Amino acid sequence: MGSTLIEKIIQHNTGIEKVTPGQIVTVDVDRVMIHDIFIPFAADKFKEMGFTKLWDPDKVVLIYDHMVPAAKVEDSRHFRIGDAFAAEQGMTHVHRTDGICHQLMTEMRYAKPGDIVFGTDSHTTTYGSVGCFSTGIGYTEMAGILGTGKLWIRVPETIRVVIDGKLPDNVMSKDIILRILGDLRADGATYRSLEFTGSAVKEMSVAARTTMSNMAVECGAKCGLFAPDEKTCEYSGVSMEEVSWLYGDEDAEYVKTLTYRAEDLVPVCACPSQVDNIKNISEVEGTPLDQVFIGSCTNGRLEDLATAAKILEGKKVAIRTIVTPASRQIYLDAVKAGYMSTLAKAGCIITTPGCGLCCGRSGGILTDGERVLATNNRNFLGRMGTNKVQIYLGSPASAAASAVTGRITMPEAAVRL
Amino acid sequence: MSSKVWKFHNDVDTDQIIASQYLLLPTVEEMSQYTFESLDPSFAKKAQAGDLVVAAENFGCGSSREQAPSVLKALGIKAVIAKSFARIFYRNAINIGLPVIVCKDLYENVEDGGSADLDLTAGTVTAGGHVFTCTKLPAYMQNILNQGGLIASLNKEEN
Repeated sequence: MGSTLIEKIIQHNTGIEKVTPGQIVTVDVDRVMIHDIFIPFAADKFKEMGFTKLWDPDKVVLIYDHMVPAAKVEDSRHFRIGDAFAAEQGMTHVHRTDGICHQLMTEMRYAKPGDIVFGTDSHTTTYGSVGCFSTGIGYTEMAGILGTGKLWIRVPETIRVVIDGKLPDNVMSKDIILRILGDLRADGATYRSLEFTGSAVKEMSVAARTTMSNMAVECGAKCGLFAPDEKTCEYSGVSMEEVSWLYGDEDAEYVKTLTYRAEDLVPVCACPSQVDNIKNISEVEGTPLDQVFIGSCTNGRLEDLATAAKILEGKKVAIRTIVTPASRQIYLDAVKAGYMSTLAKAGCIITTPGCGLCCGRSGGILTDGERVLATNNRNFLGRMGTNKVQIYLGSPASAAASAVTGRITMPEAAVRL
Repeated sequence: MSSKVWKFHNDVDTDQIIASQYLLLPTVEEMSQYTFESLDPSFAKKAQAGDLVVAAENFGCGSSREQAPSVLKALGIKAVIAKSFARIFYRNAINIGLPVIVCKDLYENVEDGGSADLDLTAGTVTAGGHVFTCTKLPAYMQNILNQGGLIASLNKEEN
């Protein structure tokens, strides 16, 4: 019997010839990521465990993003502790103002096809877009890896998601993953690996795939994987030969297969306050909004900004519209392409790269009774302000179209780069 | 020994267990005063050491914050018994030494404010005169839990 994509990555890492779901194995970790919120706790636990030296400073990446730029006096404590830990341990991979951790990990090629990567954030599933097995852990486990370079994992079952055909012009990968979440529900893939495949997936950019891997965790999945292809190799700087082993076998055992016809998909949104409360945009069209947010590790990439710019070209936003590029590089590319100028002229508030409003610490906090359409990954109660803020999650195309009218609006065509 | 039961629904997320604005408080004890704030603002005051949290599916979904199981442990919650748990919460709970028990049948058979008797060693929970069997932890995790969490377990390995 063949192996699924996740089984192949684990086999490659451990040297075990054939792993089976449910088996507990110890893996050698290729890279870890710690962000500003949890670095003080991870550093504390590292010392409490009696470790003095990182197992390999080159494999540890520290990224400040949730608190950049600092919005509260106490935030600076996290930077001080992080800087001191990095200096003491001789770490060189430290990003203080370069963008969101989950964008930088693949953009900077810290996470590559076939690697096993852990991070102190649930959205660490994001690097599945390049065929990397990556997932979130807590800071105590992170401290254990920092000292040993190893982690035990349970080999997950795999759910195969096949998307064949050609997507309608106004449907983005965000709409697809939201539809999948609605079908699987918030716990439908708990402990399992999602493996995305099909002709529509093949047509997608790495950025579009990244949106889907990012949100895999919202149905409980341990990871959301795409087999690498030419686009992945170019993005990650590896050759096709190096990744020729990285695909799910046709005769592998999948616990379930979901099949979608791309032509049937429509723009959707997640309604307050669960990620799996999915409705077609047509069902909620006209709902008044107070704010739009385009950004985050889910949808703050170049083609997301290109889509927003195309829709907002020559128009004015009717409500507060906040645009936050996912990284400095994306910011620069968007400036070069003229998207930033278009967005600024349309009246958008453009903020520095980082998590921004998504983690509810800065950049557009809302209050009781307000509604926001946002392109990020979670609409939990209280995430972007008070418990009485209503958060809708949608694609950048839906967000931009809604910014023009001030109401939830069916989008026009998205831009595919 | 019988414990008081605090019952919660499906998909209780980590923001509901401990909201992100409290994560920067200097100690878990201080954070724990805000446990389940959005669901029941007085929970931290009412909960007693030895109480049980009982929930339906997917308890602890959402972020990777380890403070979610930590605040429950700080309040003295004896264990969380749910139909199912989200992956990261489950690992975090074991690593910090908070028992997390999968039991499919308890939820429908106990009331909020009612009582249940958890026998961790036997892997059973008794409520309303019925004994329910819980799913056993894999040996590797049981071992970490028995030693009081990952730190104690790693320290022991080194010695």
